[in-house]
Amino acid sequence: MANISATPHGTAHGIDDHEHHNTNNVFGFWIYLMTDCLLFGTLFATFAVMRTQFAGGPTGKELFDLDGVGLETALLLLSSITFGFGMISAYARKQGAMLAWLAITFVLGLGFLVLEVKEFAHLIHAGAGPDRSAFLSAFFTLVATHGLHVTCGLVWIAVIMVQSFSSQVFSTRYMDKLQCLSLFWHFLDIVWICVFTFVYLLSVI
Amino acid sequence: MSQASTHQHEGESHGSFASYIIGFVIAAILTVAAFAIVEMHLMSPGMTFGVIAALAVVQIFVHLIYFLHMNSSSSQSWNNTAFAFAVICVLIIVGGTVFIIHDVSMNMMSR
Amino acid sequence: MLGKLTLSAIPLDVPILVGTFTGVVIAALAVLGAITYFGKWGYLWREWLTSVDHKRLGIMYIVLALVMLFRGFADAIMMRSQLALAYNGNPGYLPPHHYDQIFSAHGTIMIFFMAMAFMTGLLNVIVPLQIGARDVAFPFLNSLSFWMTTISAVLINVSLFIGEFAQCGWLVYPPLSEQQFSPGVGVDYYIWAVQLAGVGTLLTGVNFFVTIVKMRAPGMGWMKLPVFTWTAFVTVVLIMAVFPVLTVTLAELALDRYLGMHFFTNDGGGSVQLYLSLIWTWGHPEVYILVLPAFGVFSEITQTFSRKPLFGYRVMVYATLAIGVLSFIVWAHHFFTMGAGPNVNAFFGVATMIIAVPTGVKIFNWLFTMYKGRIQFNGIMYWVIGFMVTFSIGGMTGVMMAMPAADFVLHNSLFLIAHFHNVIIGGVYFGYVAGLNFWWPKVLGFKMNESWGKRAFWCWFVGFYLAFVPLYIAGFEGMTRRMNHYDNADWHVQMLIAAAGAAVIAVGVVCQLMQIYVSIRDRNLAENRDFTGDPWNARTLEWSMASPPPAYNFAVLPDVHGIDTFHTEKQMGRRSYEGKVLAPIHMPKNTAAGFFVGAFSFVLGFAAIWWIWWLAALALVGVFATVILRSFNNDVDYYVPVSEIERDQENYVRSLTAQAAE
Repeated sequence: MANISATPHGTAHGIDDHEHHNTNNVFGFWIYLMTDCLLFGTLFATFAVMRTQFAGGPTGKELFDLDGVGLETALLLLSSITFGFGMISAYARKQGAMLAWLAITFVLGLGFLVLEVKEFAHLIHAGAGPDRSAFLSAFFTLVATHGLHVTCGLVWIAVIMVQSFSSQVFSTRYMDKLQCLSLFWHFLDIVWICVFTFVYLLSVI
Repeated sequence: MSQASTHQHEGESHGSFASYIIGFVIAAILTVAAFAIVEMHLMSPGMTFGVIAALAVVQIFVHLIYFLHMNSSSSQSWNNTAFAFAVICVLIIVGGTVFIIHDVSMNMMSR
Repeated sequence: MLGKLTLSAIPLDVPILVGTFTGVVIAALAVLGAITYFGKWGYLWREWLTSVDHKRLGIMYIVLALVMLFRGFADAIMMRSQLALAYNGNPGYLPPHHYDQIFSAHGTIMIFFMAMAFMTGLLNVIVPLQIGARDVAFPFLNSLSFWMTTISAVLINVSLFIGEFAQCGWLVYPPLSEQQFSPGVGVDYYIWAVQLAGVGTLLTGVNFFVTIVKMRAPGMGWMKLPVFTWTAFVTVVLIMAVFPVLTVTLAELALDRYLGMHFFTNDGGGSVQLYLSLIWTWGHPEVYILVLPAFGVFSEITQTFSRKPLFGYRVMVYATLAIGVLSFIVWAHHFFTMGAGPNVNAFFGVATMIIAVPTGVKIFNWLFTMYKGRIQFNGIMYWVIGFMVTFSIGGMTGVMMAMPAADFVLHNSLFLIAHFHNVIIGGVYFGYVAGLNFWWPKVLGFKMNESWGKRAFWCWFVGFYLAFVPLYIAGFEGMTRRMNHYDNADWHVQMLIAAAGAAVIAVGVVCQLMQIYVSIRDRNLAENRDFTGDPWNARTLEWSMASPPPAYNFAVLPDVHGIDTFHTEKQMGRRSYEGKVLAPIHMPKNTAAGFFVGAFSFVLGFAAIWWIWWLAALALVGVFATVILRSFNNDVDYYVPVSEIERDQENYVRSLTAQAAE
């Protein structure tokens, strides 16, 4: 698709196709993220309604361990900047540095997931599983959806690291993918801000 | 066309080590502040909610600017518009749902 | 090993289903046999099933929509005949268990797989052509969307023959749809079919949003966009805004059913009201997602056949935007009786009534477009005028129900059924059929048959009033929806007339089939053939190329200077491609990845419905593996050489000049 085109004011002539193709990919992914934002918005709306529906079961104040949440937050925040450093290395065409930063990001993300799974296992073991009350259903669904996104992000990081060994490394298409992944990863961190604020902190006030 | 010029051309700045560090420090301060306010019971519950919500909003903007490199350049106007639209939609969905369900609960005396 | 699936899941004891199943198998064998006999498998696979061409995907969407129309319409005929019979002690021929599945399937199929597929098909075919683009922004995603929609349609039809379908209405309200009250697989079929189709629709939304924002022809500013594309734009914005809500709502219902959670259950703190609120947060904008493109179709047709530019283009655009915004804040009018207080009901009631204003503006715009125009009163205009009358009535009954006080009387009655069929048939369906007739020659290169089209219109038009005016009356008389049998003599008369109306509509459907058959049979007659690419002397860019268009659409991208540039240039006797240098065109290659993701998703859905977890896990791995493999493939595009473009272009210009000489 030679997407000559685009902005109504722009002169479309003499601009390489690939360039527009490229903006379309990243822009399209941003738009997809906006729909993801609405998906999380709906989960937050559910949580807002279910916030006090304990059905005689444990409350958030009794269950949540803020130290663990703080550690998860730290890992995710740290992984955001390590990914950013990876992007800077990629723009500088330094493959080794990029792979190192991506690997660190991967480990931090994995650490976050391990903590989250441990928290879930602990809750379920203590009889506070998602089937205990509407509050816990909403809590588990919201946090696990974020966790699933992080899992997809990890798979994606692994794939993009493998792809860097092929001939396509640092091609326009590769950089597009990296930029999309970057948006995805930072977006998940933004969602997490809402999670620790409106789910964890709000529940223990 | 060289790859580097592609990205420069679009005006999608991709930050520097310094800008990531600045963003990280601000975000870390905001996060610690939110946790501290809650854990130390510094103010009334209502007040606490207001403050940590405000901190979260500020932190979201810090992330958007320092990590996602959002800015007000014309090449990003559609990204910004889409984001603003998504935020409005989320507010309508959350606000509307809470409004309706709260009103039902009050009216039916169900909680 | 096979989860809940056993041989007893196949309903051999229901003669209607066995008969249907036999018919479907025979028809399928005939089609497959014919493809094999004529040796068309390779062609079908290479040119259609793996195609990423928006025009071909659009055609396949519309074929899917028509097939689903027949399925959904068969359900409608069964419901109407059941209600004509099941009076005063007569149980009719459909037991409640079966009848409940039929009305649930009718609504689900008509909305998700008929109307949505038809709408997406029209968008696919027309939007890139109207904005001067060579394809959509993400052609592979487009193919993926199509396959997600198609496999979901297949999945929902599998429920006919393996297991059962939901028995709790087309929006499966809890608590009836919870595991406790619906332990069968019916609701699971619903959830998985709608979820998978929803993924496809969401991707279509993103795809067309980027296409319209980023790929308009040089010079096509927002206020130079054709009206159909404007309505398509607002529609895809609404899709992106509300389909995530649907996904979450149904996922929460699924979690209730599969993992025993308590979102919408009666116990454990669940809230049925939350489900209603969330599902209608999606559901109301969904109505506008369907009807806005139909408005766009009417605008294009009215201006073309009135030989005048559209009256009040800007006002039309603002009205479309206003409808888009307002549709997002009216959802509570679907449950005024749920128990909310006057604050909620008054707010949403007033917001609902306000929507009538921009919609009314549109009606007047179309009327003023026709006013003093030289109207060409052909079969396509029949649908447009039939729409204006019918839709106005439907809109007004909607305003009646927007009053919470009146709604307390009318809620859940047949009055409501009559109202939304009034807007969906009279607005959405008439619009799509008009669009099909209007753009058929562009897509296939020959016109549709005029007389069968008019016959189809009259049957649908008259049949509609016969079938639904009695429902308004029965609704006033207190008859509720989803009723299996009754013994009120007043209602029986209405039900008999309505059944007769359904029969007339059935004749209309047959006429439509005949119209398609006759059109294809007579495609080579000189008066049907479209040599100019512009059979209606129309105004927008899609008519500025040969019919059917080449795969790359535009040999040279047009320069746009105003609304209806193509029309202006025709009047000046100039064509925008003249004097332009041809260059090789960058195009996407066909790919089977979309098909395979669809196929794996189908297996995933089916396995999850029947709790065959190992198979579901395998299918999920298959989905991810296909996507990842696809991302390793760099051979995704090619260039159309200049010689080929020149040849196409010469053919087109030759047939244009030959036509002009006649």
